[in-house]
Amino acid sequence: MNGFDWNAAGEALPLLLEGFRVTLLATVLGTLVAAVLGLAIAVAGRAPSKLVTVPVKAVMEFVRATPLLVQLVGAAAVFSSVEPLTIGIVVLGVHYATYTSEVYRAGIDGVPKGQWEAARALSLPVRRTWQAVILPQAVRNVLPALGNYAISMFKETPFLAVITVQEMVFEARKYGSEHFAYTEAFTLAGLVFLVASYPTSLLMRKLEKRLGH
Amino acid sequence: MSDFFSTLLDEFPQVRAGLWVTLQATVLGALLALVLSFVLGLMAGSRLLLVRGVSRTVVEFFRGTSLYIQLFWLYYAMPPLTGYELTPLLCGVVAFGLNYGAYGSEVVRGAINSVPRGQYEAALALNLTPSRRMRKVILPQAWVQMIPSFTNLLIQLLKCTPLLWLISAADLMTVIQQVRDRTGETLTAYLTLLAAYFVLAYALTLLMNLLERAAKRRLGLDTGAKSLFKSRTATTTVTGGTA
Repeated sequence: MNGFDWNAAGEALPLLLEGFRVTLLATVLGTLVAAVLGLAIAVAGRAPSKLVTVPVKAVMEFVRATPLLVQLVGAAAVFSSVEPLTIGIVVLGVHYATYTSEVYRAGIDGVPKGQWEAARALSLPVRRTWQAVILPQAVRNVLPALGNYAISMFKETPFLAVITVQEMVFEARKYGSEHFAYTEAFTLAGLVFLVASYPTSLLMRKLEKRLGH
Repeated sequence: MSDFFSTLLDEFPQVRAGLWVTLQATVLGALLALVLSFVLGLMAGSRLLLVRGVSRTVVEFFRGTSLYIQLFWLYYAMPPLTGYELTPLLCGVVAFGLNYGAYGSEVVRGAINSVPRGQYEAALALNLTPSRRMRKVILPQAWVQMIPSFTNLLIQLLKCTPLLWLISAADLMTVIQQVRDRTGETLTAYLTLLAAYFVLAYALTLLMNLLERAAKRRLGLDTGAKSLFKSRTATTTVTGGTA
């Protein structure tokens, strides 16, 4: 019973913000991986051959139905020579790609059938059909959903602390154990998350409304 | 390879106990989340600004701060602050329940809003009291719409239970990692663990599909047996704002 120590809180905050930079870096790079890989999965999922679509779907379902924490810890243990931050970004990106691919899929399904037919009537090759006709129309509508996944990924970055990435929660735990001030460190860390994620989610909601979702 | 599985079999009682902890955390956390979803979701539909405001604040708070931090706060930060100490499993149940209750309340709110306006008016015309209107007319219809989203949230909750390992509850992850440490077979151990969670997730999905079918039948809709095996993890659960 020692209540809330404001001095400890003042001391912990700069350390937490230092870790927060890593948190943001992991979120941004993880989102990039998820955005690119998700698109690749969505396009591969529409391949004409079942030899491609069935394994892609199976792997996706498996990755999606299993815990991120186990994937992270497992990957870090198997590839123990790779830098933890790299592993974290790749695993986060791959995990979320299985969700974003679903978003792209919906976006691609939303492109009217006539557009495919028109592209074929102009005898565009497959590559150009995707590049010049389908994707420009599909991608526009998926941005708000991608933003939501970025926020959701941001809130899962604390998992990276487990594989010793020195992000904010890692710093909070370190400070907490060194000074026996878990209360202050974790309360502040939670507040930083709230302050960062709430305005972002309001912004995303506005963007969604503007795009008419 | 076989070394890992033979050790796993030798340690079967521990593995079973770990599985039991994981299941308890999932089911109890989900029940708490379900209750909170309805409380907060119904509050969000209230005519009183104060009631709506309380619900919004609670929901935004628990969605905005990471689950990881909530769990750690309960485990590390609360005891020195309040003098109360929860067991690791209980910490998990409370954190999962609060966090997913906040997400679930959006599902409840959305589903209630999506019941056609005419249903409200008809219930009003029949002079039903507000509580009977909700229980007999609105909720049975909204419930059918909620189940798929609840299934998603349930799977996500299951996927968060390995966090228990970090607050030293002996869950499935803890136990299998112990076997890994003993045998040194890292890849096999983690693949087994992932497969175990996959099987659990699929089993939960099947149960929820059964529930959905029962709810639909009550409304006179029958979807046939084929839909029971559909994997629900395939749908996305972004419900307005944060995921």
